Amino acid sequence: MDLPILSSLILLPSIGAFFLFFTRSKSENKITVKYVALFTSLVNFFLSIYLWVLFDQTTSAFQFVEDRIWIEGLINYKVGVDGISILFIILTTFITPLCIISVNNSVTKRLNEFLIAILVMESFMIGVFCSLDLVVFYLFFEAGLIPMFLIIGIWGGSRRVYSAFKFFLFTLLGSVLMLVAIISIYWITGTTDVVQLYELGIDTKYQNLLWLAFFSSFAVKTPMWPVHTWLPDAHVEAPTAGSVLLAAILLKMAGYGFIRFSLGLFPSASEIFTPLIYTLSVIAIIFTSLIALMQEDMKKLIAYSSVAHMGFVTLGIFTIQQQGIEGSIIQMISHGLVSAALFLCVGVVYDRMHSRLITTYGGIVTIIPKYSVLFMVFTLAALGLPGTSGFVGEFLILMAAFKDNFLVAVLASLGVIIGAAYMLWLYKRVIFGKLINSELKKMIDLNKSEVFTLTCLAIPTLYFGFYPEPLINTIEVSINDLIDTYNYSLASK
Amino acid sequence: MMSNIELIFPEIFISLSIMFLLILGVFKKDSSKIIQNISLVVLLVTTVITFNETIGVEKITLFNQSIIIDYLSSFMKIITLLAAFVVLSISSNYLKTFKIFKIEYPILILSSVLGMMVMISSNDLIVFYMGLELQSLALYVLATFDRDQLKSSEAGLKYFVLSALSSGLLLYGCSLIYGFTGSTNFNVISNQFNTNEYALTFGIVFILVGLAFKISAVPFHMWAPDVYEGSPTSVTLFFTMVPKIAALTVFIRFLYVPFLNLIDQWQMILIFLSIASMLFGAIAAIGQKNLKRLIAYSSISHIGYALAGLATGSNEGIQSSVIYLTIYIIMNLGFFSCLLMMKRNNIYYENLDDLSGLSKNHPLLSLSLLVILFSLAGIPPLAGFFAKFYIFKSVIEQSMFFLAIVGLLSTVVAAFYYLRIIKIMYFDKEKESYDMDHSLWLKSSLMVSTLLILLYFIFPGQLIDVVSRINII
Repeated sequence: MDLPILSSLILLPSIGAFFLFFTRSKSENKITVKYVALFTSLVNFFLSIYLWVLFDQTTSAFQFVEDRIWIEGLINYKVGVDGISILFIILTTFITPLCIISVNNSVTKRLNEFLIAILVMESFMIGVFCSLDLVVFYLFFEAGLIPMFLIIGIWGGSRRVYSAFKFFLFTLLGSVLMLVAIISIYWITGTTDVVQLYELGIDTKYQNLLWLAFFSSFAVKTPMWPVHTWLPDAHVEAPTAGSVLLAAILLKMAGYGFIRFSLGLFPSASEIFTPLIYTLSVIAIIFTSLIALMQEDMKKLIAYSSVAHMGFVTLGIFTIQQQGIEGSIIQMISHGLVSAALFLCVGVVYDRMHSRLITTYGGIVTIIPKYSVLFMVFTLAALGLPGTSGFVGEFLILMAAFKDNFLVAVLASLGVIIGAAYMLWLYKRVIFGKLINSELKKMIDLNKSEVFTLTCLAIPTLYFGFYPEPLINTIEVSINDLIDTYNYSLASK
Repeated sequence: MMSNIELIFPEIFISLSIMFLLILGVFKKDSSKIIQNISLVVLLVTTVITFNETIGVEKITLFNQSIIIDYLSSFMKIITLLAAFVVLSISSNYLKTFKIFKIEYPILILSSVLGMMVMISSNDLIVFYMGLELQSLALYVLATFDRDQLKSSEAGLKYFVLSALSSGLLLYGCSLIYGFTGSTNFNVISNQFNTNEYALTFGIVFILVGLAFKISAVPFHMWAPDVYEGSPTSVTLFFTMVPKIAALTVFIRFLYVPFLNLIDQWQMILIFLSIASMLFGAIAAIGQKNLKRLIAYSSISHIGYALAGLATGSNEGIQSSVIYLTIYIIMNLGFFSCLLMMKRNNIYYENLDDLSGLSKNHPLLSLSLLVILFSLAGIPPLAGFFAKFYIFKSVIEQSMFFLAIVGLLSTVVAAFYYLRIIKIMYFDKEKESYDMDHSLWLKSSLMVSTLLILLYFIFPGQLIDVVSRINII
């Protein structure tokens, strides 16, 4: 490989942002600014597709590895992908251009800086998914806070300051403990290189504390009950594009972290703490689903549903079975597509009516039919209807859960039913029913770019719902190997 | 002995220059501009001399072992000189606005720098005390430099009284140590370990208290916020950086050369100072409305991190503290450059509210401040994160997990008030814009410090390579 493809993926958006910085965003070149950003992110998307094409699905080893000395004898800049991470990279590069297309209406001021923030964010997110050194991982993981803080704080709604602070401080508090753990790992083993750590293994007497430190960071980011409270606030106040990035990609960092680090580095601790994760996941699934049922704000409802869906993800990961982890990854990808689409859908009606309250709407099916159809696709995908990608993930997770722990699986399945209830009820109240609010008659149906973005999200949602084979093929070998290593290290204990 | 005289050329040169400048100032009318320029040149020349003559020296003691020249001293002297150079160069516009652009200002800075250089090189309690008093006396006057302002006089007086008190404690500690070991020389003291170690601990405690006063570590920090707020901004900038370099060097040398064997005695004190400073600095800054006061608390908390590195008792710890201090100085320089740019119609603004909506009128200025503040908060990938990373790495390597966890948790608290400044800059309504006629020095100091902070992650190894030559133990 001549082209350092992963570094290019990380750097390209930042380079685009750098150019944007020198373009003045006057009203007349708003379009130019947007095209620059869009072009950069599209190039990045095609580059990541190229990466997928070159990707060798038959091996679990890390591919496209770049290893450079960064701080002599301390940290190496090491990046690489395997089956687990590549899908998240593609998800990131796929969602970002859609975000940029969708900023039309939601962002009225300082468009230039908004696009810079989004592109820088993309860089950091890709960095998280492909770094193979704990310090590098932490660097990207934390750095993402800066642009997101600004996105929520500058372009957010009325309570934006509160939400931005809550988001930043919650995640920072979780992460600093992870930093202690990372330095401790360096102290114990003398390296922070993930590949070497996989081979070396970490002494079991340290694993529990280290696991908890990593958990504190990932639990906040996932977010798991009871530290999920920053998420609804952040989602409600963030501009549409910000919500999309947050739901589609930021939350996945933690799920990815659980698989890569918690399972990979601390197998014996993972086994010990599985009941904890099960309990928290089930509470998240049922409790937040019930909360979602009672929400009046559409964005808040979807935010709570995200917490519930991520509950499935953590549940699936810690079943530590092939199906469970595969299901979790597919669930994360699917949730990335679907929640992004749902937030865009809310954004569409919000741009027109400037209200996110469910009671504002009702009976708009005849006024904006195209919207109603697309919204329905995503509603059904969110509740996991067979034929949508949401189903594949949930089904695999529940299947693995049934094998492992019957009670947990039954309770989680209960969550699926409540999930269907709140999504359908949301759809019914917004789209069907009597048209009471006469202002709604003035609503205009989706314009071309909105149709385009939502269709882009709908196609993979349905495609992977009917035919999840490409996803499973990509991740299968890596997960298989992960579980083998896991079982092996438990057996050898 | 005489063959090594070139090692103290920097001190000799700077003293001669001070005398020359004093005479020049007396005999030539309106010479403040010339003296300012000559002082800048003097600082630069001294830097070059220090670099040429001493940087390659492994370790040499002079004058009956009372002066030591080693890599630590050369490095710290160069930082001191460069920091003083930047302070002097960016403060002229500020001083002119307040009509205090006088000949004394550069001369006082030069003499305090001389005092610091003596402190940095001291290997003897008497020499150290002499250097300390030389720098302190110059600093008292600098604090009151805007003498028509009530606040400035108050700051100077407060600083004088409290600092004199701490000097007294320090001197008492010195006398105790002299009494129990029979010498004031660090090397001699370190060989005297048949004497009573508890009695020596008394001396160490008194000296540590005195030193903690000078670097404003909690619980000896009370003077800092008032003095920082009252002094002219350019002097505050000087206070927040330069004296700390010298005091920290003495800290290192005093603890690690004569008293390394007594580490059990002083380690707890240092850990306490460190934790108290980190937490108190972070919590107390939250309520502040004045930026200078806020930065005073923030500097208290930063000193806490530097002390955490010193508390480890290892070479890595010392190195990480030096790295931390270096990066802190760069960040501070950037922050104060921004503060000195907040000028409208010849009035300088220094309240938190005055930053309101800065990002709309001055996108570049506020972006720089954003970078600096996130770096002060220790968010990656900025330089401040690496500074903290090295500190905590050395702390954890000594299995001091409690210190590391408290330190990192206090960064979260500290992040709150840095975020609040960013919030005011970026999320709030804008006010009138500030004047943009800043001197080239000021602009370039802001630009260079911001770029260094922002791009530090590309070459993080360079600073480590430089600092890793420091070997005290």
